[in-house]
Formats: sequence, C-alpha cells, structure tokens
Amino acid sequence: MILYLLRRALYAIPIALAVGFVCFMLVQIAPGDPINAIVPPDAPGDVVEQVRRDYGLDKPLPVQFGLWLFKVVQGDLGRSLATGRSVWSDLSTAIGNTLMLAVCASLVGFVMGCTLGGLAGTFRGSWIDRAATGLAVAGVSVPHYWLGMVMVVIFSVQLNWLPAMGAGPGGSSDWAWDWEHFQFLVLPTITLSVIPTGIVTRTVRGIVAEIMNQEFVVALRGKGLTTFQVFLHVVKNAAPNALAVIGLQLGYLMGGSILVETVFSWPGTGLLLNSAIFQRDLPVLQGTILVLAMFFVALNLIVDLIQAALDPRIKRA
Amino acid sequence: MTFRRTLLAACTALTLALGWQGDARAQGTIRIGMTAADIPLTHGQPDQGFEGNRFTGIPLFNALIAFDLSRADRPTPLVPALATEWAVDPQVRTRWVFKLRPGVTFHDGSPFNADAVVWNVRKVLDRDAPQYDPRQVGLTATRMPALRSAEKIDDLTVALITSEPDSFLPYNITNLFMASPVHWQALRAQHPTAEATWNAFAASPSGTGPFRMTRFVPRERAEYARFENYWDTKAKADRIVLLPIPDANARTAALLGGQVDWIEAPSPDTVPQLRARGFQITQNVQPHFWPWQPCFAAGSPLADVRIRRALNLGVDREGLKQLLGGFMVPAAGTVQPGHPWWGNPSFNIRTDKAEAARLLAEAGYGPQRPLTIKVQISASGSGQMQPLAMNEYIQQELKPLGVNIEFDVVDWNALFGNWRQGCTAPSARGAHAINVSISTMDPFFALARFYDSRMAPPASNNWGFFNDPRFDEMIRVARTTFEPAARDAALARLHAAGVEEALFIWFAHDVSPRAMSPRIRGYVQPQSWFVDLRLPYIQ
Repeated sequence: MILYLLRRALYAIPIALAVGFVCFMLVQIAPGDPINAIVPPDAPGDVVEQVRRDYGLDKPLPVQFGLWLFKVVQGDLGRSLATGRSVWSDLSTAIGNTLMLAVCASLVGFVMGCTLGGLAGTFRGSWIDRAATGLAVAGVSVPHYWLGMVMVVIFSVQLNWLPAMGAGPGGSSDWAWDWEHFQFLVLPTITLSVIPTGIVTRTVRGIVAEIMNQEFVVALRGKGLTTFQVFLHVVKNAAPNALAVIGLQLGYLMGGSILVETVFSWPGTGLLLNSAIFQRDLPVLQGTILVLAMFFVALNLIVDLIQAALDPRIKRA
Repeated sequence: MTFRRTLLAACTALTLALGWQGDARAQGTIRIGMTAADIPLTHGQPDQGFEGNRFTGIPLFNALIAFDLSRADRPTPLVPALATEWAVDPQVRTRWVFKLRPGVTFHDGSPFNADAVVWNVRKVLDRDAPQYDPRQVGLTATRMPALRSAEKIDDLTVALITSEPDSFLPYNITNLFMASPVHWQALRAQHPTAEATWNAFAASPSGTGPFRMTRFVPRERAEYARFENYWDTKAKADRIVLLPIPDANARTAALLGGQVDWIEAPSPDTVPQLRARGFQITQNVQPHFWPWQPCFAAGSPLADVRIRRALNLGVDREGLKQLLGGFMVPAAGTVQPGHPWWGNPSFNIRTDKAEAARLLAEAGYGPQRPLTIKVQISASGSGQMQPLAMNEYIQQELKPLGVNIEFDVVDWNALFGNWRQGCTAPSARGAHAINVSISTMDPFFALARFYDSRMAPPASNNWGFFNDPRFDEMIRVARTTFEPAARDAALARLHAAGVEEALFIWFAHDVSPRAMSPRIRGYVQPQSWFVDLRLPYIQ
C-alpha cells in the first residue's frame, strides 16, 4: 500500500509540471499583457517599460517560467501582480471558502443522487424511474448560473428569505456555523448541487439496475431476506462506483464553480480565477490552477483508496 | 403644580432624547456594492481605475489639490486640499511652490508637513528611496508625466519640480495621495522588505482623509469609520462598508434584497424595477467619452477629414440614448458645451444624414460604392458602457449611407495593450479605428495625449499617429500658460480645433448611473468620476 501511495505521489510531479507549463504558456499566448494588471491603460510607454523591468516581465519566457518554478518548489507561489499580496494567502482563504461550498454541494448531490438513483434503479420502468430520470436529465441540462440567478430573484429579491450574495454578514473571515451565516450558503449550495445530483442519479440508477439483475440478488431473495436487507447488499455493491463519481464531482466543483461563485459573489477560487483571468494576473492564475490540479490528483488518490477499502476486488487488482 | 412641572420636564427630556436619537440615526452605515472584483488597493495609490480613487483614494487620503465634488450643476473645479495655495515660480517655470495646510494630522496622529510630501513623491519617483514601490509607480507616475522631484522649503512649504514647464501639473497631482510616513516607518521595523511593508500598510492604512479604515478582508470587504480629527467638514455617515460585487445582476439583487444600500452601475434593464420599488436612480454627465479613435496612417480611409465628419453626422445619438435606457448624454466633442474647454467649434456635431451622405459622396463613397471600415472593440470592460450593443447600433445607422462597419472584437485587456501600440502595429490587425472610452478629468488625458505628435506610441495613446504641427503648437501654448483662465482658453482653442478636424468620432458621454436606497440622504452626484462620501448619510 505504501509503495502504491508513493507511486501515485510520484505521478503528481509530472502532472504539476505540465499544468504549470501549460497554464504559463496559455496566458502568454492569450491576447493581452500581464503588465495591464499593474499600470493603467493610458500609461506612457517609458513608465510601462520601467514597471515591466521592475517586475521581471521583460525577461525571456523560459527564464520567467524557471524563476517561478524555482520559487514554487520552495513553497512560494509568488505575489499577485495586481495587489502585491501573497498568492498563497489569498488562495488559502479562497480554497477554504470553495471547499466549504463544494463539500456541501457534493453532500447534497450525493444524498439526492443516491436516493433518486436508488429508487429509479429499484423500480425500473415505473413512474418513479421516469420522474427521477427526468429530474436527473434536467439537472445536468439546466445552466447552473441561470438557475442561480432565478433562485436569487425568487428567494432573495421577491420573498426576501435568503441573502443574494456574499459569504456571511461580515465576510468569510468570521464565518460561524449558525443560521445567520449558514443562510448565505443555501442558494449557492443548491445551485451547485444540481449537476452532481443529476450525474449521481444516472450513475446510481444504472448500477442499481444492473446489480438487481445479478444472480446473487435472486439468491438473497431466495434465502428469505427482506427487501431492505437485499437493498443494503445492493448499496454495498454500488457504493464504490458512486463514490468514484462523487469524488470526481467534488474535484470539478472545486475548480469549476467560476460562474456560480460570480453570480453569488462567493469569495472562492472561482471568483479568484475570474478576476485573475480578466487582469492577466499571472502568478495568481498559475498558483490557483496548480493547487487545484494537485487537489484533483489528491482527491482521485483518496477516492481510489476508499474504493479499494470498500471493495477487496479492487485491492487485489 | 409639581405634577405638571414634572410632566413638562419629562416631556422635554423625552423630546430632547428623541431628537438626539433621531440625529444619531441620521448618520448610520452606508453599504456600497462596487463593480470592482476586489477592494481597490488601500496603500494610498488605488488600482481599479477611478473607481479606486473614488472609494479607497479620496475617502482615506488627500492629495495636495482636489476636485470640488460638492455640486452637481457644473464641471468640478480644482480646490485647495492639503495645499492652501500654489503657483509656478515665475523665474523657473519648472518649479511649483505649494503652501501646505497647517494643523493636519494623519489617522495615526502624526503631523502632515513638507517632509511627508517629499516622502510621498519619492515613493513613486526615486528608485533609491527606501519607500520606493514599483507597484505605485505604475498607478501614479503615469498620471503625473512631468513631475520629477520634490524639495522641502520649510515645514509648510514645498517645491515640486517638473521636467518641462507644465501648467497641467495641478490636475495631475490630484492623483498623488499622501500616505503617512510615520506609520509606514513603524510598520517597516516589523517587516523584512519595503514591499512587505506596503502590503502591511494596505491592511492598516493611514492617510488624512475623512474616513479611516477599521476592517479589511481582501476580496470581500473594507470598512471605514468617520475620522473625527479630519481637517475639513467631517463626514455625516458613521461608517462606510465597501463590498466588491462585479456581477451587475448580483449587485442589483443585493440592493433589492437589502444587503447593500447603494450600488454602482445597475444594469439598465433593472432600472424600471428599481424605480418601481422606490430606489433612487442617480446620474450626471461624467468627464468621460465613448468614441471611435481614428487611424490617420497612410491608407486609412479615416485619414480623410470628410469621412470622419460624415461618420460624426451619420449617427442618431438620441436612438443610442434610448438603447441605453437614457443613461448617456449625446457627445458633440470631448467635453460638453459649457465646459471651460469647449471653445465653440464651428463644426456642429449633430444628426444630419444628408450632409453625411454628401461628404461621403465627395470623398468617393456611397451606397453604390460602399466604404468598409474596421473597428477594434471589446465585448465589455471598465468604462466601456455596453460596447457590443452600442457598436452594433452604430453599424446599423451607418449602413444605409454606404458605410460597412466590420468589428474586430478582442478582450478588454488585449484592447488596452493594443491601444498603446498604435494602429500600424500588427496588434491593430488592420483596424481603422479603436473603441476605448476615455476619461477627461485633466487636460493631458482629455486632449494632449491624443493630439500631440510626440504622444504617438509607444510614448502614449495617440493610437492613430495624428501629426499636425498646429496642434503641437496649441498644446505647447496650453502647457506653458500658467494663469488658469488663459490656460483654459488655450485648451478651448485646442478642443475646438480637434472637433473641427473631427479627430474622433464622438458618440456618448457616460452618466455613471447609481441606484440607492431611499433612506440615503444628502448624496450629491457631481460631474465627475468621483463622489464626496462625506455628504451622504442614512436616515
């Protein structure tokens, strides 16, 4: 197991290098200039060049990349071009906020998806199956930022039940798990959970339907087990695949919630990436994408380990 | 008798108490939803364009000279701030002498004096100064192109030295905000580098402004409290809370949901609903215009003044205003009629399609022989209003005249970069005009940088390489005329000449719409990018 872990950790190194390099090159290839994060558009040419030199942006690209990499291996993600703040200080706060949102959305997605998928798979072909499948298709089809805006209009603007934006009455830095704060999490969580709910529902439905047709289920029934007891066996067999799906979804939510975080002004990695993209804030972009990529790799590893723990066949393989 | 006296005394006391309480409630906390995605920098030289100056520059800091933001009915004149008077040295016209305001203190209690001015000039112009900050150079030196150094004459007198005689300096230095050297030095002792010290300073800034910062959560909020030792009229509001909400729909929802009291730039679509629910919608013409800037290089059709004039006459700007829900003022020049720099140009920019067709025919174009013009535009961007819809409207307006407009749509950041490189650079991709909105707060940025042949790229934003010795001379005269009225007259001649030559295709002035709670009182929207946050309060 330790060798397996080490091997997987080693795989992360070339992935990190590739992510860092691709991100660096994409920003360079994209139209625009990182210097615009520091100087206004009407800056005279000599001032622009002076600032470019001060920030080392006049150096050849391989040198810039090498310098960045040298710092990263020492644990320094650099400083934001736009704000001068440490990338890690902004990023760590943003990751905490996004993680909170993504975990809540994943939990909702997992519970809802397993419930709907389990029911649909168990009662295949019935109206329950059709309703659950319909909901799942709607979940993966509806643009979640649109859904977010609609929910804001209904629950914040019209009914005034829930806040429309932000991460707490005083910002995320003084977050507490009470209703005063938690209400800020409700709308973004529901919005973000719609896609995982749809995907998990469809996955679980397929798995459950397949398992229900297997001979061991007939044998269990033949042995006189109750429906609930049979269901528990089915759940145990379906769990590894469902976990794998939700693990990947958590990874996607960590990096892919730009639109939802923008709609709700949720101060997470999505909003951070959004502003960094528009400002061409290269250190923030590179640092954020690198950390998110590593998070994704780590998450996959954790999911693999949990799958192996739940299903001895995977461990043997 | 005793009972009646007691009752009277009780009623008097109750009335006084209620009156006092009412007065206290009249101040309150104003929560503002900004368009920025982050809190503009708070170390004294804000980023995020003029929204930064508006919300973290002017409220926390002061410059030597400021704009008068107290009235809505006129362009904002310069008024004394931390300097009480200033004049150019008649013997050495590159030397300005400023008398400083006595008795001013920073938020940390240290005194404001000539040493503080010299220290703040050196932070952006002297690479050897311990407090030199490259980040602030980009944000400040660009707006003070002629300033070179500062010299202390005595505790309350300082000289600013320019590279050449420059009467525009008083406008330029409204952008140089005074940070507290004493507070910075105290922080420097706790931090390893100047950069780290400036970051710490940004988290607990100390200026001389009417508000002091009490809380700062990067990317989420900044909170201000009224500075009780402010040297001028104190703010009415007790506290200001700034929240970055870059999405227009989220800002509007936050206002409608009661999370903020004031939002910048509501989406025009939502204004009827906001009005219907009792919110105030404010607007006023802003020193800002939304043009096409022509390319004058050989081969560009816009090098022909007849075509430039035809385009200026061929668009119905009232229709454009309707498209924007009324949130613009039709532009007939860089500044509005009535502005000190207007100058009564003989070419009257209006809607006159017949004259536009005649001018185009004279230049050899018309519906039978269409003219194709390529314009580089962005899909969005700070100050760009609604570029796609507006440009498409103009495209439709010009089509019947035989003018085919093609757009090269690029990212806002890319458009900035291209603007600095000029219309002959590969980045222009053959565009004959570029659509970048322009601030006209000061004469260099409104006029000189576009009309002066020395300002061609890479020096500045003469993107179209306009080159006419007459204009160079008019700019020289304006820059070396130090008496304010005579300087304004020189600028008026320059502006009028620019309109007559149709050096831009002018379309709109922005009006900076804001939406705010009906509980906000005392707010004045001046003809400026800035507002005076001392005036509004919550009732």
